[in-house]
Amino acid sequence: MSNVLELVNVRKSFDSELVLNDLSLTVKEHTATVLIGASGSGKSTLLRCINLLETIDDGQIFLDGQEISDPLISVDEVRRKLGMVFQSFNLFPHKTVLENITLSPIKVHGIAPDQARDQAMVLLKRFDLADKADQYPDRLSGGQQQRVAIIRSLAVNPRVLLLDEITSALDPVLVNEVLSIVRDLKHDGMTMVLATHEMGFATQVADEVCFLESGLILERGSAEQVLKNPQNAKTKDFLKRVHEAGRL
Amino acid sequence: MLNGPDQQAWSPSSRELERRNARRQISRKQFTIAGISSVLVLGALYTVIITSPGWQVVKDTFFDLDYGREVLPTVLRGLVVNIQLSFIGGFFIAVIALSLALVRTTKSPALTPFRFLATAYVDIFRGAPLLLIILLVGFGVPALRVAGLTSNVIVLGTVAVVLTYSAYVAEVIRSGIMSIHPSQRAAARSLGLTSGQTMRFVVLPQAIKRVIPPLLNDFVSLLKDTGLVSILGVTDAVRAAQINASRTFNYTPYVVSAILFLLITIPLTRYIDRVIRRSSAKQNSEGAI
Repeated sequence: MSNVLELVNVRKSFDSELVLNDLSLTVKEHTATVLIGASGSGKSTLLRCINLLETIDDGQIFLDGQEISDPLISVDEVRRKLGMVFQSFNLFPHKTVLENITLSPIKVHGIAPDQARDQAMVLLKRFDLADKADQYPDRLSGGQQQRVAIIRSLAVNPRVLLLDEITSALDPVLVNEVLSIVRDLKHDGMTMVLATHEMGFATQVADEVCFLESGLILERGSAEQVLKNPQNAKTKDFLKRVHEAGRL
Repeated sequence: MLNGPDQQAWSPSSRELERRNARRQISRKQFTIAGISSVLVLGALYTVIITSPGWQVVKDTFFDLDYGREVLPTVLRGLVVNIQLSFIGGFFIAVIALSLALVRTTKSPALTPFRFLATAYVDIFRGAPLLLIILLVGFGVPALRVAGLTSNVIVLGTVAVVLTYSAYVAEVIRSGIMSIHPSQRAAARSLGLTSGQTMRFVVLPQAIKRVIPPLLNDFVSLLKDTGLVSILGVTDAVRAAQINASRTFNYTPYVVSAILFLLITIPLTRYIDRVIRRSSAKQNSEGAI
């Protein structure tokens, strides 16, 4: 399996706060890498740096061997190959579900509108949302909105899907309908990097779990290793707190 | 609507019927209070005006029905000028204001000098009184005697109004653009849309929708402010009324002109309010509130 994403000594700070501290990470094709850690540990920043929504201060990021942290590269080109799903869905409220999904295929990827609509409908049917195609996002439940957001990022066949705490804004009942899509995608072999607080879910999909703390990956390994048998004292402490909060 | 089997069998309990009865009584009482207070206040106002010593004179000079009917066609012809001016001017204002707002919100380095110019433009034309701009353009431009430049007062008056209103409207649009949450931009950019496409397909449509009420407000003020070009000698509704009023020393034409303006502006605002309500009801689940 080839490396799709490679982060080498990535450093990022906001003002005086160091958020990513010479962090390195490799993501192989068809694998799911799960980032866990307390809020503020740098999970979201890491994803936003990969997507070039943030400019890194030092280090390098490679996508399929090409350095995307090179300032001369076209950010739009890079983002065409990456899908990103946000904690707060960020659907476009003035566009219907179908328009949300087809916007990028039509305008960015130059797919004919009819074809883009057909492809979107296939995805909507697959995830039981076909009847919502002409609705506006505000009429949908949180879980439905997040599923639409995932479909929207899938519609452009990304090389890597970046999922930033996609269930954090949902109530426990809706969490599962969103996570089941991710399970399906994992089954399809989609390469994913996801930040999550759902440890049970992490155990199910993760090929590798990385525990972040203060901008560093303190521990990494299989879900079995990191979540069930952590070695680092800070990982143990974090998992204990998660356990106490009833999320494990 | 609920329509389960329970729904059909349901009939309101006696307690619910009592509550409905009580609610009806409360609303009947409120209706009566509103009626009495309206009659009292309006009646008092009417009495004060009618019994005031100058009322007869005011009635003859401001509310002369026969004279009003006589000047109506002339004032109406003037009003057509105001309306034309508003729509033609409105078109140019929209184009210029949108460009100014876009230039001021972009970060593109190539547009840096334009950003300075746009800021200076807005500062100047938003800060200077419209009447002064009309006078400066209306009398200043013909004085230049540049070949090809018009000295048509209607055109010059419109230009002056457009210059000023573009600055107002640009700021309204810019505030709308800045009110769109950055997460919308992040979502669009991460889908691969360029910054231009993000502005055009994601930010602007939402921004414009959000600023329609203040824009409408500006359009109504534009319609009224076109009356100021009468100072250059354009025969609009205000000028037509003025000519007639100074000829006869009867001020009814002013009242006629005011009523005509209201007949346009009030239905216009109501209509647009309804359009906005309907479109937001379609997009938002809380639209019914």
